[in-house]
Amino acid sequence: MATKASRAAARMMISPSVILLLGWMIIPLSLTIYFSFLRYNLITPTGNPFVGWENYYWFVTDPSFKAAMINTLLLVGGILLITTIGGVIFALLLDLPMFGQGVIRIMVIAPFFVMPTVSALVWKNMFMNPVNGIFGRLATGMGFEPVDFFGQIPLLSIIFIVSWQWLPFATLILFTAMQSLDQEQLEAAEMDGASWRNRFWFIILPHLARAITVVILIETIFLLSIFAEILVTTNGGPGTATTNLTYLIYVSSLLQFDVGMGSAGGVIAIILANIVAIFLMRMIGKNLDA
Amino acid sequence: MARAVSNGIKLRNTAIVGTLGFLMFFPILWILILSFKTEEDAIRAPLEVLFSSGWTLESFTTVQERSDYFKHFTNSVVIAVGSTFFGILIAVPAAWAMAFVPAKHTKNVLMWMLSTKMLPPVGVLVPIYLIFRDLGLLDTRIGLVIVLMLMNLPIIIWMLYTYFTEIPGEILEAARMDGANLREEVLYVLTPMAIPGMASTVLLNIILAWNEAFWTLNLTAANAAPLTQFIASYSSPEGLFYAKLSAASIMAIAPILIMGWFSQKQLVRGLTFGAVK
Repeated sequence: MATKASRAAARMMISPSVILLLGWMIIPLSLTIYFSFLRYNLITPTGNPFVGWENYYWFVTDPSFKAAMINTLLLVGGILLITTIGGVIFALLLDLPMFGQGVIRIMVIAPFFVMPTVSALVWKNMFMNPVNGIFGRLATGMGFEPVDFFGQIPLLSIIFIVSWQWLPFATLILFTAMQSLDQEQLEAAEMDGASWRNRFWFIILPHLARAITVVILIETIFLLSIFAEILVTTNGGPGTATTNLTYLIYVSSLLQFDVGMGSAGGVIAIILANIVAIFLMRMIGKNLDA
Repeated sequence: MARAVSNGIKLRNTAIVGTLGFLMFFPILWILILSFKTEEDAIRAPLEVLFSSGWTLESFTTVQERSDYFKHFTNSVVIAVGSTFFGILIAVPAAWAMAFVPAKHTKNVLMWMLSTKMLPPVGVLVPIYLIFRDLGLLDTRIGLVIVLMLMNLPIIIWMLYTYFTEIPGEILEAARMDGANLREEVLYVLTPMAIPGMASTVLLNIILAWNEAFWTLNLTAANAAPLTQFIASYSSPEGLFYAKLSAASIMAIAPILIMGWFSQKQLVRGLTFGAVK
């Protein structure tokens, strides 16, 4: 089918995409790397001299960097834990025989379509507000002191909100994977007297393993870049309690106008994301061969 | 399941899973209710809100009057539809070529395209911001259309590619044997088979662009602000006006919620790059 002429035509058809993506990748990326070696501040013109690794040195030794790395780790780790375990549970539950399964599935998946700024503000004001929020009222109604979510447990509150957004994603993917499980195998195991726990550990979980890995890798890519939820709820505070790496870079570059410092942070963020991306790409690549 | 399950068990499952599903959905339901209340009623205790207060459309009209909701809605539509439209325009030929005229490097090209999606946006925030400033693209809709189009291009190409590879090549050959020329082949054989896949690609990308909240927040101010930015302006102190915040939120998420329900299945394919089907 592939003649010489059609090959040439194919190349012509692919080239716009390749050129655009190449530009989108190479131009900003090389500029980030270039800026990261300059003393470059938008409000104090310094002539932008080359300063070597200075920006990296100051960025990494700043106490807020350590805080941001820990927060990033806690955010990603906490949300992954909640969404994958919750997702497996929801996928198993939705697979049970029931009435109105379609409606229930829609209700579970809905939060994924809510834009980040809406979900963050709704949880912050309507639920987590200590006075008028539903959680606050429930606590007061039962005679407890209401929790000031964003004052006392700010990072946990953000983990909770973002988990609500991503649990549907994990559920949807794991539920799709459940559908391809061989029911006969499961029934055979049951007839042979395998307990529910054993069926879960030795048949269901291994079957889901691949989908779970995909969920973890894709979520990690997105969760490393959590931004809007922090911006509208806590602005990274109190102090640096909810500043993650993405937010820290935003502060240095767009609030303090320190292009050099922000770029050094950007390079670090890219390296971090790439470590995860390598594993994800390998999995997807294997699937392409199959 | 092949086995017969008693209605009792089915009812029990429905109750348990239904309750959990309801809890997941509750925040959305709650803002839907609050959006039809007055400000005074909206901050009352939940049970009073439900049972002893009237309903009103006041909040919706106030949101429009005070902050020009429709301007931001239009921005969101232009940005989401525009970026998807141009993305599709560029991606269809590429995906078609890779699916039907695969070459030695096709797989590598696909994987490389995917890798551009792995770049964290914050890593290129500074240069993009400066380039936009110098080109006068900050706070313009065209600027966001360009950025979101480039951001989603790898997903569009991948989705289309996976759909196109599912179209059997034999059918095309058969059409050619029957004397169809290239134009007829594309128009009468390929297009009808490709439409469902294209439709879900379009749908998913409109959803992703509509909800995108990194570039839209960082590159817009007053003029080109889409709904993500518009809602962010409620962060304080307007957030304490529950009814207005709810009305604004409902208007911002309703169109996408409806589209999302139609595209659940395609979502899995699009977001996992075909790794889970």
